[in-house]
Amino acid sequence: MSADTLAACPVLTALIFWPLLAAVALAFVKGDENVRRATLAASVVEVLLAWPLLNFQPVAGFQFVERLSWVRAWGLQYYLGVDGISIMMIWLSILTLPVCVLCSWTYIGRRIREFHVCLLLMTTACVGVFSALDLVLFYVFWEALLIPMYLMIAVWGGDDRRYASLKFFIYTLAGSTVLLAAIAALRIEGGTFSIPDLMALDFGFTFQFWVFLGLGLAFAIKVPMFPFHTWLPAAHVQAPSAGSVILAAVLLKMGAYGFLRFSLPITPAASAYFAPLMIALSLAAIIYGGAIALGQEDIKRLVAYSSVAHMGFVTLGIFLFTVRGLEGAIVQMLNHGIITGGLFMLIGTIYERSHSREISNNLGLGKYLPAFMFFWGFFGLASFGFPGTNGFVGEFLVIAAALGENTRLAGVDVPLIGLLTIPGAMLAAAYALKVILKLAWGRPSSATNKYWRDLNGREWAYMLVPAVFVVYLGLAPTGLLETIDPAVRATVEDFQLRKDIRLAESPGESRLLVSKQPDGSLAISEVLQEPTL
Amino acid sequence: MTANLNFDLLLLLPELGFFLLVLFLFAATVTGLARNPSAGKLVLEALPVIALLIALVSLGSMSAREVMFWGSYRLDALSQFFKLLVAAGFFVAVLNARRQSSLEEGQRLDYFLFLAFSAWGLTMMASAAELVTIYLTMELASYSLYILIPLRARSRPAAEAGVKYILFGAAATALALYGLSWIIASQHSTYLSELAGKDWTFSGNPLACLGLSFFLGGMFYKLALFPFHFWCPDVYQGASNETAAYVATLPKLGAIAVLVRLGALITPGEDLANLLAVLAAASMTFGNLCALVQKDLKRMLGFSSVAHAGYILVGLAPGTAEGLAAAAFYAAAYLSMNLLCFWIISRLAPDGRNLTYRDLNGLYKRSPWLALSLAAAAISLVGLPPTVGFMGKLWLVTGAWGHGYNWLVILLCVNSALAIFYYLSLVRHAYTEGEDDPLRGAAPDTGLFSSVGATVLALVVLVLGVLPAPVFDLALEAGRALMP
Repeated sequence: MSADTLAACPVLTALIFWPLLAAVALAFVKGDENVRRATLAASVVEVLLAWPLLNFQPVAGFQFVERLSWVRAWGLQYYLGVDGISIMMIWLSILTLPVCVLCSWTYIGRRIREFHVCLLLMTTACVGVFSALDLVLFYVFWEALLIPMYLMIAVWGGDDRRYASLKFFIYTLAGSTVLLAAIAALRIEGGTFSIPDLMALDFGFTFQFWVFLGLGLAFAIKVPMFPFHTWLPAAHVQAPSAGSVILAAVLLKMGAYGFLRFSLPITPAASAYFAPLMIALSLAAIIYGGAIALGQEDIKRLVAYSSVAHMGFVTLGIFLFTVRGLEGAIVQMLNHGIITGGLFMLIGTIYERSHSREISNNLGLGKYLPAFMFFWGFFGLASFGFPGTNGFVGEFLVIAAALGENTRLAGVDVPLIGLLTIPGAMLAAAYALKVILKLAWGRPSSATNKYWRDLNGREWAYMLVPAVFVVYLGLAPTGLLETIDPAVRATVEDFQLRKDIRLAESPGESRLLVSKQPDGSLAISEVLQEPTL
Repeated sequence: MTANLNFDLLLLLPELGFFLLVLFLFAATVTGLARNPSAGKLVLEALPVIALLIALVSLGSMSAREVMFWGSYRLDALSQFFKLLVAAGFFVAVLNARRQSSLEEGQRLDYFLFLAFSAWGLTMMASAAELVTIYLTMELASYSLYILIPLRARSRPAAEAGVKYILFGAAATALALYGLSWIIASQHSTYLSELAGKDWTFSGNPLACLGLSFFLGGMFYKLALFPFHFWCPDVYQGASNETAAYVATLPKLGAIAVLVRLGALITPGEDLANLLAVLAAASMTFGNLCALVQKDLKRMLGFSSVAHAGYILVGLAPGTAEGLAAAAFYAAAYLSMNLLCFWIISRLAPDGRNLTYRDLNGLYKRSPWLALSLAAAAISLVGLPPTVGFMGKLWLVTGAWGHGYNWLVILLCVNSALAIFYYLSLVRHAYTEGEDDPLRGAAPDTGLFSSVGATVLALVVLVLGVLPAPVFDLALEAGRALMP
């Protein structure tokens, strides 16, 4: 099949609806083992269905676009498409699924069918979030993720699951309720729900200010940015292994993706206005997350706080508004998904053996579980950005971008932001090495350690998937950077052009449509846009 | 206004259907048919079929358009939309109430007689376009409820609920009537088509403004809007589950139909619109806060409907066609998700007892279909996609934005966050809590009838959430026809 015919296939629709169909079909599968096998088969098919996405062209603009009218009266559309920013997130969501099925094979012992239905539904929602180009469609998938995730924590979680699941649900839903109001406001002011069309419009500053706050609260809670991060450690610690993996790999990315997709293009002036605050909060997350992680006794809690710090790098990169910063942010999003996902799976495997997440109950594993310790050390190094691993690429890009920003202090230009990230990076090394040290060489915490089996074939299989990407993206990030580069450049250029434009403040007045000409100049046309139906 | 009779019986088929049903049941009860067990049973079995027929007839007469009885009775997109909702809701309510155990055998036909009577009043209420007609149809729909609510075998709380409903209802009705007199005194007309062009500001015509507020109070009472909500949780709790299912859904449809019609009189920014906005804000916040602490499921749903009444008013305050359409659509959403909720509650308590959250524990094991349907209802009541509750909220929010009530829209969104906890508790108890042993009452009815009914209603909630266009287009047509 040629690239053209492949591009004409409704790839994204297939990716969204196949897991949904599989979830329905799962109701008719008998036997726990068969349910697991069927889900694994379905997840492999899902990966194969994504094959046409390899034809993605590294140019700006949306590809694999599908567009149908949904509710004509309000101009709602079933509108899908991917660009360089979202395609990697879609790959991440899809590849997470088979890995999650494998890592839950023995971890989940009851209500197997429901568990796998939840997994499949989450994949549907994740792919939907990253490919939706209609605000309402986006919101539908965004919220649809909550219920299966809630159930995953509340049903298959640890001892404190009731508290953790409620906190997760209420926190994230409360954040996204205002998002709905922002969507309505954008529809009325901008006249459309279509995201690409809204990106081309320039709104008055006051309007941007409020929309940014409405969108930003939802995204900041999802990321989670300091100080909205308190739901994350609770949810991570209580969630089952697969739940933690999806939380870390995909769910947190939705917030950062929201900033990239909505805040920067639709509310550029407000994004620029709020940038100092967002940067300060990101730095706080980097340092605070690292410092708190250092003091944790529970491995899962430690990794959860390290997530807060890592996501701080992501939001920092986004709000530097440079090509390097944005690229770093996207690479870091991807890396965090791979590395933290890997670490959470490892915690799952050791929890199955020791039934404890305390570091003190899992000491001295180097001697008895060398394969486990190899992977732990490997992902641990990647997590603090050891050169040669993918973690290095993302952090390096963000720190380099941050060092390029000078702040004027007492008459001297100092790269203050960049300097402040350095203690964060050092803290990351400290807590990662601390865990490696204790887990590998600590005095064995109990006599039973020596009877624990090392990783079996299945565990090797699901640990190798992220490990391959750690090495590949660490040593050859060019392919990845080339894929995301055009979209990032377009976003940054567009942002730089429009961040200073302040237009008619009062709503309903004429609005200027700024469009970029092929030669790079700006064409400003006036459109009288009444909210139409 | 058309000064004609314009009477055409063929256009009134839904009303006629209910009227014939009432006559039939009346004949059946007074001739002593009810005391003949086999004949009474036959009538009971036939009832859902008749109700379904009426619903189909209502669907068939969707396109009826006429102004009858010298302008006091209007068949338009709005009335036909609400007639269809009432007929469909009546069908489900009849199916639901058919086997209720808390009703004595001899009373069954009477029960359905009054149920049909009330539905008949509601269908006419949807078409009433003149204040006295509105008042009369409202009373027709209400009187039978006064009798229905205490019909729960040997239950003192049911009697108490009946008394409460009558006392509060009488006071609210008196208030509405008093307001009506002020409107007649100041505007010299009761026809909505004439009233539409009049001055309704407090500064211009204080008597009319106050009069209309009082009159609206009568509707607010039916809708259980703050501060006319006191009866709502008590009546739901006191009445039998099946009766509560009816009281919670259909009478509110009638009130919403009238409010949407009157909403066309209201100009945004004026005193009445502001009054609606403030009441909406108070109602949704108060309802949600009170619902948070309830343990009895029906009391919780009572306060939840106080909150939902507030949501619906958000569509009315801005006074736009889109807002009115959103309110009408939300009425459909409200109907479907509440009927689903009450269907499950009625099936879970075959002995007719009241349920608490604890009775839901372990439901996923006893009946996966009921549990799944309950989850769909809860998600829809919160207003999460992909359910009709979300779509309803989306239209309300979008329709109301940009008309000076943005604070109200944001408050509505924040209220969804308030409401999560108690709706989510339904899901939590059904899915994550283990079974209580032993059961505190009769085992839930998990038979085919119960599961299929719940699943079909849940599908309605989900399908309307994914493909709302057909119903919303009808609502939009209704809204546009009302706004000049």
